[in-house]
Amino acid sequence: MLHLFAMLVAAFTGILIFAGGLVTSTESGLSVPDWPNTYGYFMFFFPLEKMVGGIRYEHTHRLIASTVGFLILVLAAWLWRAETRRWVRRLGYLALAAVITQGILGGITVLWYLPDPISIAHASLAQIVFCLTMTIALATSPGWKRAYAANGPAPDDLMLQRVAVVTTGLIYLQIVVGATMRHTGAGLAIPDFPLMFGQLIPPHWDSKIAIHFAHRAGALIVSLAILATTGHVLYHHRSRRELRRPALLLLALLATQVTLGALTVLSKKEFIINSLHVVTGASVLVTSLVLTLRAHRSRFAGAVGSRVRFTPGPTIRTRPTVSPLETTRDHG
Amino acid sequence: MHPLLRLLACAALSMAVIGAACGGGASEESTASKTAAPVTNPVDPNTASAITGVVTLQGTPPSNPPINMGSDPYCMKLGAATTPVFVVSDDSGLENVFVYVKDGLGSLKFPVPSSPVVLDQKGCSYSPRVFGIQVGQSLDIVNSDETLHNIHALPMANREFNRGQALQGMKYTTTFTAPEVMLPFKCDVHKWMNAWVGVLEHPFYAVSGKAGAFALAGLPPGTYTIEAWHEKLGAQTQQITIGPKESKKISFVFKV
Repeated sequence: MLHLFAMLVAAFTGILIFAGGLVTSTESGLSVPDWPNTYGYFMFFFPLEKMVGGIRYEHTHRLIASTVGFLILVLAAWLWRAETRRWVRRLGYLALAAVITQGILGGITVLWYLPDPISIAHASLAQIVFCLTMTIALATSPGWKRAYAANGPAPDDLMLQRVAVVTTGLIYLQIVVGATMRHTGAGLAIPDFPLMFGQLIPPHWDSKIAIHFAHRAGALIVSLAILATTGHVLYHHRSRRELRRPALLLLALLATQVTLGALTVLSKKEFIINSLHVVTGASVLVTSLVLTLRAHRSRFAGAVGSRVRFTPGPTIRTRPTVSPLETTRDHG
Repeated sequence: MHPLLRLLACAALSMAVIGAACGGGASEESTASKTAAPVTNPVDPNTASAITGVVTLQGTPPSNPPINMGSDPYCMKLGAATTPVFVVSDDSGLENVFVYVKDGLGSLKFPVPSSPVVLDQKGCSYSPRVFGIQVGQSLDIVNSDETLHNIHALPMANREFNRGQALQGMKYTTTFTAPEVMLPFKCDVHKWMNAWVGVLEHPFYAVSGKAGAFALAGLPPGTYTIEAWHEKLGAQTQQITIGPKESKKISFVFKV
């Protein structure tokens, strides 16, 4: 039940990111000038018939954000009451602190007329909140608790662990660059795709073109990293369902995301496409995170009996071990 | 401390931060300080001169873009509308051009009118779309619509503000502390709503009206740089010298 609730919270967080994408894509961030009230109304009592124009996006974003905040509060309390693993409980507290900070950042950015650093921090912290809720959902899942033991002990593949961590880090960095591009108005600084002003490298530069270029170059780097991670999984761990499925999903999301990125430019930032690009980017991030955490499962407490050190090729060597994360109270 | 209490304390602290962050008030009066201004006009009425003229558009004016007001049922029922970028008379007179004395007044200081300038949000558009105001003069921003608006000023030299007006009849009064030509306004609720104000330290400005006509009256004799600004076509300047009690005509021609 806790896992289902955590899944619900994570799903709502994803929806919230999409709603936030709609706010920036429609440039509605300042259509409600006050905060936390809405045009002087207590936000939950704001009349529906007054939700017109840009207010529809901004106020809906605030309502969903409040819902997510409340859900995370319940989740943290639930974890505190029912969860035996200290690190999972701490994740709940951290998610609560992050979502509260996120709300404050959202308010400040409205009251201060969308200063770029605050807006970028708001967009970047949203991804952290999504990662935290997804990690809680994963850690409370039956599969994680069983250490994915249906196919034998989870592999301890150092190469996969490293490449997955790097990939997830690169994806997050790419999202931060994307947020910088959105909030500095550099989304169409390079107006064509796949070329840039008709060339492989922009023939002239300014700060916006540089940010936009960094996002495109970042997309290439992230794509290679994802291909490396998923390729490694599919080549060496095809039989491990818990790794194969997120790897395949990651590939599908990557293809979708690159397509949406191109369409965002070609459609001159059509707001639905633009917002889908935002939420798909977040989905790429959390999928990579799930794959990364599962690749590290053998290093968490509760791994089945032993850690299986993976070596490339057909040979798998098993050695008994005690997880460094294991504590007297923790399991998994 | 018990973990639950710690959790609650954190939540309470955060709420306190939120409360502090959301401070501010619902005051409808801007706190911007007014610039000290003389009480009397320094221009001798016996030598006061005038510059009159006309702004014209050469070429076929582009059609004004239609406005999609579908995002607000109230605005939509007002009927089809276009953004009045090019308002051109039959004899090519161009309306909504801000004409003002850009340079030539030296250190003269002028009294600030006691009557406010009114910017109305009516029919889901700003009225007037282009206007002028003196530094320190009151600007009354009113909402005559049965829908809500936010009035968002985007200045470079003055203080930015963004005020919500949820109800018909609401008024917000503000002043500007520094000259700025032009200072844009927009409504973030209704993306098509835009207006521009020219903020000056003197009263010598006008907005071209029907047939593109304008008049700058009560000027002291001297040599002036006159600028004409249009929201799409940019600005043009001319120099002109006028003597005592003289009236001269100039014309600005914008090309498309």
